[in-house]
Amino acid sequence: MDYFLELFLSGLTRGSIYALIALGYTMVYGIIQLINFAHGEIYMIGAFVALIVAGVCTIYGFTGVSVLIIAGIVAVIYASAYGYTLEKIAYRPLRNAPRLSPLISAIGMSIFLQNYVLLAQTPDFLPFPHLIPEFEFMEPIADIVGSAELVIWVTTLVTMILLTLLIKKTKIGKAMRATQQDMSMARLVGINVDRIISLTFVIGSALAAIGGVLVASYIGQVNFYIGFLAGVKAFTAAVLGGIGSIPGAVLGGLVLGWTESFAAGYISSDYEDVFAFGLLVLILILRPAGILGKARKQKV
Amino acid sequence: MLKDFRQSILVSIWFVFLTFPLMVVRVNTTEQLVEWRWMNLVWVAIGSFILSYLWRYMMARQQAREKVADSGIEKQSKVQLLLEDMSFRYKAMAVLLVFALIFPLVFDTYQSTIMISALIYVVLGLGLNITVGLAGLLDLGYVAFFAVGAYAYALLNYHFGLGFWTVLPVGGILGCLFGVILGFPILRLRGDYLAIVTLGFGMIVKIVLENWDDFSFGPSGIANIDRPGLFGIDMNINGSTTYIYYIMVAMVIFTIFVTMRLRNSRIGRAWIALREDEIACVAMGIDMARTKLSAYALGAFWAGMVGVLFAAKTTFINPASFTFMESAIILSIVVLGGMGSILGVILGAFILILLPEYLRAFSEYRMLAFGAAMVLMMIFRPQGIISNIRQKYEYKGLKEETDNG
Repeated sequence: MDYFLELFLSGLTRGSIYALIALGYTMVYGIIQLINFAHGEIYMIGAFVALIVAGVCTIYGFTGVSVLIIAGIVAVIYASAYGYTLEKIAYRPLRNAPRLSPLISAIGMSIFLQNYVLLAQTPDFLPFPHLIPEFEFMEPIADIVGSAELVIWVTTLVTMILLTLLIKKTKIGKAMRATQQDMSMARLVGINVDRIISLTFVIGSALAAIGGVLVASYIGQVNFYIGFLAGVKAFTAAVLGGIGSIPGAVLGGLVLGWTESFAAGYISSDYEDVFAFGLLVLILILRPAGILGKARKQKV
Repeated sequence: MLKDFRQSILVSIWFVFLTFPLMVVRVNTTEQLVEWRWMNLVWVAIGSFILSYLWRYMMARQQAREKVADSGIEKQSKVQLLLEDMSFRYKAMAVLLVFALIFPLVFDTYQSTIMISALIYVVLGLGLNITVGLAGLLDLGYVAFFAVGAYAYALLNYHFGLGFWTVLPVGGILGCLFGVILGFPILRLRGDYLAIVTLGFGMIVKIVLENWDDFSFGPSGIANIDRPGLFGIDMNINGSTTYIYYIMVAMVIFTIFVTMRLRNSRIGRAWIALREDEIACVAMGIDMARTKLSAYALGAFWAGMVGVLFAAKTTFINPASFTFMESAIILSIVVLGGMGSILGVILGAFILILLPEYLRAFSEYRMLAFGAAMVLMMIFRPQGIISNIRQKYEYKGLKEETDNG
């Protein structure tokens, strides 16, 4: 039973991270029907920037939680800036192009950003400082649940709630939903569609950066390549839950996390990724709209 | 003027801000050292300033071109007209053929080896061109079929001692089979889901090859694969390289011929129709399942076949040769060359494979340039270097009739 619990909890942690990244995918896909392939790279850049800032801070004498907060904030700012620039350069000129064009452009951008970090920094794995402190109240159960894991779960939960509130309750959210339903109609009623799309990218990238900082300090190392696999997995999570739906992304992330965790624990850890992709293929065949998604009829 | 200047300055400042932590700071956490590379800052500032001017210029040109296209007058470039001229085409083909045939006699073995790998990518590009360029199905796991062919030869050779020529068609057919296996479950998916599933498929194949030690010998791979034989004649490495080179040239010619015929066949037109509009295509009575599956299968066929040749050429294979990056390179060959255009893909393969080979000094920037080129191509020249020549049918009968009447 202990083993089961352990796998369950590690699946939960993993799933929460996938969910954080998947939220960005889902938001972008919901609005412009584009798989933002470079989203995983934004997550990686977030983690890298946090690493650099944290490194500089520690060397100049900051300690403890302040480093985490400074690094986190700077990472979020930079990831958002990258997301904004990315959309402006690679996707906006292709808004009216055939569907394949922005997708290829996104793949190109993903390769570009990976190699940019590779060349600007290093191809090696860098050790990432454990920024998340050990809480005292976690002492009694510390060998089952670490503080880092707790922080990850809570952050994911809070982010999901905030995002849902943003989309359901605020004026910006309303504009986003309008853009999602019909872009030209939204424009006609006076919504600045370009700005809404930019904002979506900014929010999605910020979430990815939060995920990046958390996962990097949880696992303890970063590398220019971490974004790619995380991006693909997060996309799988988004599809699993039903792309375009925010609770769906979180649910999909968790399902994917548990699938991987249990498959690795009970069957074989070598084939962890095979199970993840197998699940994706299965879901797409059986229920292409995802767990929480609504099937949309294609109309001519 | 002043407005442009101010805008470029702003872009420059923005990029300096954007690239600051990654380009300037480098932290060495183990030794507690921070390295500040201020020079990079200057380069980024100057570079982005110039690029922003270029970007604006290209954008203006693009818009002007779109306006011309909207007015309905189709302008063809000189190169395009030259390519459509049949007599020029035959002459050019003859010259290229002669050049290809005397190549190993003029240059040394090293050059032949490079040429072989470029030709391998030509065939891979032409194969993927069927799936992506003609049928419009984005395949990000194409390298999996290549791996299937390579492992088919390596394993059949290892266990049963089968020769190159026996396995060559087997590799192609196995590739086909995998294409159908992959294609079958994802027939109902739309463009972008398809891309992700094929990506996943490519990864699954690689992971399986890496971990299933009993079957594929794991990450250490398979060594000492036989080179292709010629009636049992023993050849030294130079001779065998030249021999493989000629096989490869023959294969490229065969591929070009078949893909050209395929494109103009009934099924080729069905692919193009599918790419242009799926719903309209199905409404016209084209069997979608069969068309999509055949696009996958025929695309994979070439990868499987050339995979066999790859294994025979390198005599050693391991899963590291079949990463996503390879798929990305093949895809960028197709994209840069011109989706659907056979000549474009060939040219794309030569540029993308030979250029980094001869510009060794810049080889670490290769993938960076590929990525940037893919984005820029999509924005400024989506049809690729050489755009696909559209077949036109002119109906002459009606004109005569109206002239008479």
